[in-house]
Amino acid sequence: MTRKQRRGVLIGVCLAVLGVAVGLVLLALDDSIVFFYSPSDVAEKQIGPGQRFRLGGLVEEGTVKRGQGTFVEFAITDTAKSISVTYTGLLPDLFREGQGVITEGKLGSNGVFVADNVLAKHDENYMPPEVAESLKKQGVWRGNDKK
Amino acid sequence: MISETGHFALILALGTAIVQTILPLWGYYRRDHTLMRVAMPSSVAQCMLLLVAFGALTVAYVTSDFSVENVWQNSHSAKPMLYKISGVWGNHEGSMLLWVLILAAFGASVALFGGNLPRDLRTCVLSVQGSVGAAFLLFIVATSNPFLRLDPIPLDGKGLNPILQDPALAFHPPFLYAGYVGFSLAFSFAIAALITGRIDAAWARWVRPWTLAAWMCLTLGVAMGSWWAYYELGWGGWWFWDPVENASFMPWLAGTALLHSASVMEKRDALKVWTLLLAILTFSLSLMGTFLVRSGVLTSVHAFAVDPARGIFILGIMTFFVGGALALFASRAKLLRQGGIFAPISREGSLVLNNLLLTTACAAVFIGTLYPLALEAVTGDKISVGPPYFDATFGPLMIPLLLVLPLGPFLAWKRGDILGALQRLAFAAALALLATLAAAAIFARGPWLATLGIGLGVWLIAGAISEIAFRIKLLRAPAEESWRRLCNLPRSAFGTAIAHAGVGVMVLGIIGTTAWRHEEILAMKPGEKADVAGYTLEFGGVAPGRGPNYTEVIGVFKVTRAGVETVTLHPSKRLYTAPPQPTSEAGILASWGGDLYTVLGDELEGGAFSVRIYFHPLVRLIWIGAIFMFLGGLMSLMDRRLRVGAPKRARKAPAGAAAAE
Repeated sequence: MTRKQRRGVLIGVCLAVLGVAVGLVLLALDDSIVFFYSPSDVAEKQIGPGQRFRLGGLVEEGTVKRGQGTFVEFAITDTAKSISVTYTGLLPDLFREGQGVITEGKLGSNGVFVADNVLAKHDENYMPPEVAESLKKQGVWRGNDKK
Repeated sequence: MISETGHFALILALGTAIVQTILPLWGYYRRDHTLMRVAMPSSVAQCMLLLVAFGALTVAYVTSDFSVENVWQNSHSAKPMLYKISGVWGNHEGSMLLWVLILAAFGASVALFGGNLPRDLRTCVLSVQGSVGAAFLLFIVATSNPFLRLDPIPLDGKGLNPILQDPALAFHPPFLYAGYVGFSLAFSFAIAALITGRIDAAWARWVRPWTLAAWMCLTLGVAMGSWWAYYELGWGGWWFWDPVENASFMPWLAGTALLHSASVMEKRDALKVWTLLLAILTFSLSLMGTFLVRSGVLTSVHAFAVDPARGIFILGIMTFFVGGALALFASRAKLLRQGGIFAPISREGSLVLNNLLLTTACAAVFIGTLYPLALEAVTGDKISVGPPYFDATFGPLMIPLLLVLPLGPFLAWKRGDILGALQRLAFAAALALLATLAAAAIFARGPWLATLGIGLGVWLIAGAISEIAFRIKLLRAPAEESWRRLCNLPRSAFGTAIAHAGVGVMVLGIIGTTAWRHEEILAMKPGEKADVAGYTLEFGGVAPGRGPNYTEVIGVFKVTRAGVETVTLHPSKRLYTAPPQPTSEAGILASWGGDLYTVLGDELEGGAFSVRIYFHPLVRLIWIGAIFMFLGGLMSLMDRRLRVGAPKRARKAPAGAAAAE
């Protein structure tokens, strides 16, 4: 093999791997990203049932109701709108009323959000940035940006 | 007083770093040896000063000196001593101080132990190293001073986030930083090579041990982080493709590629330009990791305080170094002669494939990590890219790499014999096939992909052992000769085999826990029983408990297996006093077959508790694999050739002779 042919093989293999990688990335980005919406966004954008997304906001005071087993029901609010959420499983340590949380799941046909994942993590001052942003939009942001 | 001394030392270190950057480089261009020689004492002095600063902060933490704002923010008098000390780097300011301390320590060790480096190279390396240090010291002094005082002095501190009060996490940051920052030396060597315009096999021989040491620390640091997340966060997972995890994983991928390409350069004088670029990219990814984690762009347990000024400052530093390095690379790389040609099927060829797949996988992780940030900046849409993306991109790129990995060491340099290599791996292939069949028989329900994965893990381990067996002519020569060969085998050969076997061990762990994990979420009343993966757990109710700075509710689970009582697990829910924050402590029964993992949830109506019980098959192997990789690196680092192999200049050789090496 000449030097040129060797280089050709090398470049060919590189292009093939890169091509496959680009294809994989585009494909994966197309169907595995999850959008974040606040309750107001959900109303505004008329998100239908069946679409997977993240719903974030504050756990509305006085809405947390436990059911059979580990079933739990609560409402997420950005103070303008609120959406009922159901979840079966263990809630994170920092989950409580008034706390900023993010849930992931789908809207049911009855307009109730069925979550399969609830995130409220890290520390008691923590506010998911998306939640903080949408609360700021509603003008009810009480936190301070700096420590 | 001690804090003021620390503050003063910090500012002096900044001054020293600036001197270390400017004078030697100026001396290099003017060919003034007196100026060039400044590099050595100044880098040692910078390290000493930072040691004083770091020591001062540590003293403030150990003595709970709450007149220092940083201590008040992050410590508490009731905290156990270990966490008082780890609290030093458990916050933004202190961790940046640790960052520059390690950076300076790497610089100082080149100054002290790099006696056999050519003078020009050593001067430029130390100068570049000094410039990185100066930039980050400026950052600390300007925006993140850990020595600020408070008046009036508070009575007690606010405490450290309880989930950070953990032994594994106490040592996770120092190792991670030693890895991140260790790559700075590879970067400095690359820039120095571009400045001096000279690069050869000896260059790679000097760079490789440093890169290897950094890589080992990073491996351990990432593994510790993963282990901590596994048992402390109570989610039972070991890797979440969280952006912060990715920030540490990308330099690891690039660093792994760099280790392999540097070996090509060292042995065959090929891939020079690529190795140089990779050295720059690896450290750039480390800088980016620091930026992502420290700037508050990503909100996570690592983003201690969100201050836009800091983010912009680090972004500025990153742009300067990455942009500058790439510009220098673009303008000077063509001066470097390419050497060593090789056939596509050869050791070099296999290492090129390794580099190609590792860097492409790294790029896929990069895109998945930064795409949400970019999209939000451009359109304002908020998205998250989760595990499905990474499974669909990273996985398919890793599988071919792992499949061909055992072949690499069997191929000769320059031109390899792939059929011969396959023949020598026949035994490993047979074992892998056997393991696949066995797994398929045990787990008849599948998934069949996972049984193939078990085969892949065995293929990697058996392949690594085959290489050693081949090199010592096991069973093909008399036993004495094999023994003699085994004793004479260079340590780096063992290092390679151990590290590659570690990859296989890790694959087994990943496949086992991903494919055959059991999860039960139950509401259990005292006296109730649950069956999970052959274990029976009887819930014996809860008992109160207390620790030095927390109170807890402890669940009691009697575990029986096949009628025999084995152990009682105690998962607990803790409430820390400062800051007042709940955490869950998992109760784990570890065994080689897998971990039985219990988490106590909230109290439900009627005295029941929500309980999460997992069984994670083979999960320990993930971290044992990482330890293998670390030990492989250590073995390789102890190789005589790496320590004394670099050409040594005769003590009184004329300066011209040294430059001509």
